[in-house]
Amino acid sequence: MAKAKAQAQAAGVPAFYVTEDEHAHSGGSTMLGFWLYLMSDCLVFAVLFATYGVLGRNYAAGPSGADLFDLKLVAVNTAMLLFSSITYGFAMLAMDKGRQAAMQAWLAVTALFGLAFLGIELYEFAHLIHEGATPMRSAFLSSFFTLVGTHGLHVTFGLIWLTVLMVQVSRRGLIEANRRRLLCLSMFWHFLDVVWIGVFTFVYLMGVLK
Amino acid sequence: MTSYPDWWKLIFGRFTLEAIPYHEPILIGTFAAVALGGLALIALVTRYKLWGYLWHEWFTSVDHKKIGIMYMILGVIMLLRGFADALMMRGQQAIAFAGNEGYLPPHHYDQIFTAHGVIMIFFVAMPFVTGLMNYVVPLQIGARDVSFPFLNNFSFWMTVSGAVLVMMSLFIGEFAKVGWLAYPPLSGAAYSPGVGMDYYLWALQIAGVGTTLSGVNLIATIVKMRAPGMEMMRMPVFTWTALCTNVLIVATFPILAATLALLTLDRYVGTNFFTNDLGGNPMMYVNLIWIWGHPEVYILILPIFGVYSEVASTFCGKRLFGYASMVYATVVITILSYLVWLHHFFTMGSGASVNSFFGITTMIISIPTGAKIFNWLFTMYRGRIRFELPMMWLVAFMLTFVIGGMTGVMLAVPPADFVLHNSLFLIAHFHNVIIGGVVFGVFAGIAYWFPKAFGFKLDRFWGLLSFWFWVIGFYVAFMPLYVLGLMGVTRRLSRFEDPSLQIWFVIAAIGAVLIALGILCFIIQIAVSIVRREQLRDTTGDPWDGRTLEWSTSSPPPAYNFAFTPIVHDLDAWADMKKRGYRRPLGGFKPIHMPRNTGAGVIIAALATVGGFALIWYIWWLAALSFVGVIATVVIHSFNYDRDFHIPAEAVLREEDSRSQLLGRA
Repeated sequence: MAKAKAQAQAAGVPAFYVTEDEHAHSGGSTMLGFWLYLMSDCLVFAVLFATYGVLGRNYAAGPSGADLFDLKLVAVNTAMLLFSSITYGFAMLAMDKGRQAAMQAWLAVTALFGLAFLGIELYEFAHLIHEGATPMRSAFLSSFFTLVGTHGLHVTFGLIWLTVLMVQVSRRGLIEANRRRLLCLSMFWHFLDVVWIGVFTFVYLMGVLK
Repeated sequence: MTSYPDWWKLIFGRFTLEAIPYHEPILIGTFAAVALGGLALIALVTRYKLWGYLWHEWFTSVDHKKIGIMYMILGVIMLLRGFADALMMRGQQAIAFAGNEGYLPPHHYDQIFTAHGVIMIFFVAMPFVTGLMNYVVPLQIGARDVSFPFLNNFSFWMTVSGAVLVMMSLFIGEFAKVGWLAYPPLSGAAYSPGVGMDYYLWALQIAGVGTTLSGVNLIATIVKMRAPGMEMMRMPVFTWTALCTNVLIVATFPILAATLALLTLDRYVGTNFFTNDLGGNPMMYVNLIWIWGHPEVYILILPIFGVYSEVASTFCGKRLFGYASMVYATVVITILSYLVWLHHFFTMGSGASVNSFFGITTMIISIPTGAKIFNWLFTMYRGRIRFELPMMWLVAFMLTFVIGGMTGVMLAVPPADFVLHNSLFLIAHFHNVIIGGVVFGVFAGIAYWFPKAFGFKLDRFWGLLSFWFWVIGFYVAFMPLYVLGLMGVTRRLSRFEDPSLQIWFVIAAIGAVLIALGILCFIIQIAVSIVRREQLRDTTGDPWDGRTLEWSTSSPPPAYNFAFTPIVHDLDAWADMKKRGYRRPLGGFKPIHMPRNTGAGVIIAALATVGGFALIWYIWWLAALSFVGVIATVVIHSFNYDRDFHIPAEAVLREEDSRSQLLGRA
C-alpha cells in the first residue's frame, strides 16, 4: 500500500480539487435557462400554429379570414409591436452605457407601444365578436382567437413584467441582478415580436388570400 | 340539485352537497381511513413539535437533495393510491363474469382505471424519476446545487399541487371516466359534463408547469455547472440520460400544456377544436397528445437506463462496457422518440404509407435499445459481480424488459396492430416495459443511493422478499393479459360474458396480490432499516466501492456537497481518484456561497391548488382571487434580492472534521 502511494506520488498525483473557487453563482446559468424556457414557450406556439394550420380553413359555413381581416388595422398593429422592439433595443443600449434615466424613458415608450398593440388587438376582437365571428362559431375562429389571443396574453404579461422591472430599477439602480432581468425581458419581448411576424404572415396575410 | 339558490351558486359555483359521495361505501371507508391517518399524522407532528422543523428544513428548502427526497416520498405515497386502484380493477375483473356485476358500478370502475393511469404516470413514475435526477445529478457532476434552486423547490410543489387535486377528486365530486389520455369527443363537454374531466385537466396543467421548469433547471445545471475537467464525454451515464430526458421534457411538456389548454377551452368556452361539429377535429387531439405521450415514455425510461448503467459498472467492479455507444444510443433514442407517435393509433386510417413510416421508425428504436442491453451484458461479462439488491433488479430488468421490447416490436407492425390495438395485449406490453423497466429501475436506484441519502444501507432480507414478490408477481399478473389480448379481449371492460376467460383474470388478480406483498415488503424494508440503522451504517460515504463523484462525499452529504469543487481527469472520476491516491483535504476551507430557503414556492403552489379547485367547480371569484394572488406573490418574491448567504469556513471545518472522525472509526 505504502509502495503504491509512493509510486503515485512519483508519478505526480494531479490536483483533484479546486482550492480557489467561487462556484455555484446561479447568475451564470440564467441566460441559458431563459433561452430554454423561451424554446419551450415557442413549442406552445408551435402547437397553436399547427392547430391553426389544420383547422384554419374549417369555416363551418361561417366567415373566413378574407371576410373578416382588416389588413390596414393589422398593419398598424404590427408596426406598434415592431416599434416597441426597436425602443426596447434603445433601452438596452442606454443600459449598456449606464444611462439609467434614458433607459427608463425608452422602457416607458416600449410599454406605450405595447399598450397600443394590445388596445388595437382588443378592438379587433371586440369588432369580430360583435359581427358574430366568435371563437365558438367555427374551428377556424377557435384556432384564430386562441393563437392571436395567446400572443396577446404574453404581451400582457410582458407589460406587467416591464412595469415591475421599471420600479425595481428606480429603487435599486442598474445592479447586476436588474441588468440580468432586463436582458431576460429583452429576449422575451423580441421573441414575441418574432412570433407575431409568424402570426401576421401565416394568419393574416395568407388568410386574406383565397 | 335544483333547489340551490343563486347566492349559493355565486359563492360555491357548481359545488353542491350531493358532490360528497357519502352514498358510496368504498369511498366513505377510504375517506375514514385517510382522514384518521391524516389526523394521526398531524397529531404526531404537533406532539413532537415538528412543524417548524418541517417548514424550515424541508418544505421551504432549496437543497436539491432534500427536494429529491421529497419527490421520492411523493412517489411512494401516490404509488399506494395508484396500486389500490389496480387491486380494485383486478378484483372486479376476476369476479364480474356471466351475470355477476362485480362490486364496482361502471361509473366508478371507469374513474378507477383513469385515475390509475394518470396517477401512475404523472404522480408516481415522474416524481420517482425526477427525484432520482434531482438528488444524484448535482452530486455526480460535482456541483453544490442546481442552477435555479428556488425554481426547483417551486417545481416540486407544483407537482404536489397536481397530486393534491387528483386526491381531492376522490372525496369531492368525481374523477374523469375517460381513460388516462382523455380522448375527445368523450372528454368534451357534451359527453363528460361533470367535474371529473376538469379535475384531470387542471391537475395535469398545474403539475406540468412544475415538470417543464424542472426540465429547464436540470438542463442548465448539467450544461453549466459541471466540475472542471468533466467534458461531455466524461459525464457519468446517469447524468447523460438525465440530460436527454430533460431535453425531452422541455421539448414535449409544452405540447401537453397547449393540448390540454385547447381541450379546456372546448369545455369552458365552447370553442370547436376537438368537437364533432363546426369544423372541429378530434383526431387532432389524438395526434397532439401522443406527440407528447410517446416521448414521455422515454422521459421515464432513459434516466432509468442510466441507473442500470451505474449499477452495472459499480457491482461488476469495472468500467461500463461501451460508454460512447451508450451515450450515442441514448441520444438516438431521444431523437427517434419524436418520430414514432403515430404508432399509438395505426387504426386511425392514415393509409399504408404513413403507417409504414411510423412502423419502421418504431422498429428502429429497438436497435439502440438492444445495444444498451448488450452493453450491460458485456459489462457483466468477466466482471466481479456482487449480487447486491440493485444488481438483482438489473438482472430481473434485462430478462423482463427484453420480453416487453419484443412484444413492442410486434405491436409496431401495423397489420398486427389492427388486431392487437386497444387489447389487453397492449396493456400487458406497456406494463411489461414500465414495471419491468421503470419500476424495477427505481427500486434499483433507491437501493443503490439510499445509503448516500440517509447514511445507512437498506435491509437486505426484506429487500430480497420485496424483489421476489415484485418479479414473480409481475409475471403472474401480466402474462395472462398477453394471452387474453391475443384472444381479443379489449381493455377497460368492467364485466365479461365468456366464462372461459375467467381463469386468466383470476391468475392476474393473484399476481396483483403478490405485487401488493412486494410493496408491503418494501415499506417494511424501510421501517426495518430505520430501526437497524446502526448496524447498517455507512461511515465511508462509499459503501459499494462506487465509481462516480457522489461517492466521494460523506453519507449523507453536507449541505454544500463538496468542501472543494472536485477536478475531473477521467470517466468514472471517483474510481480514478481512488486509484491514483486521492487525499481528502483536511483544512484551508473557505466560506461557501449557498442559496437561501424561501417559502414562495409553497405559497404559489398552494394558491395554484386553490385556483385549480375553484376553476373545476366554477367558483369564479375564488379563481380570480387566487390568480391575482399568484401574480402578486411572484412580484413580491422578485423584490427580494437577498437570496444567498455564506456558510462560514469554521462551519465547513467542523463538518469536515466530524467526517474525518467517522472515517477514522471505520
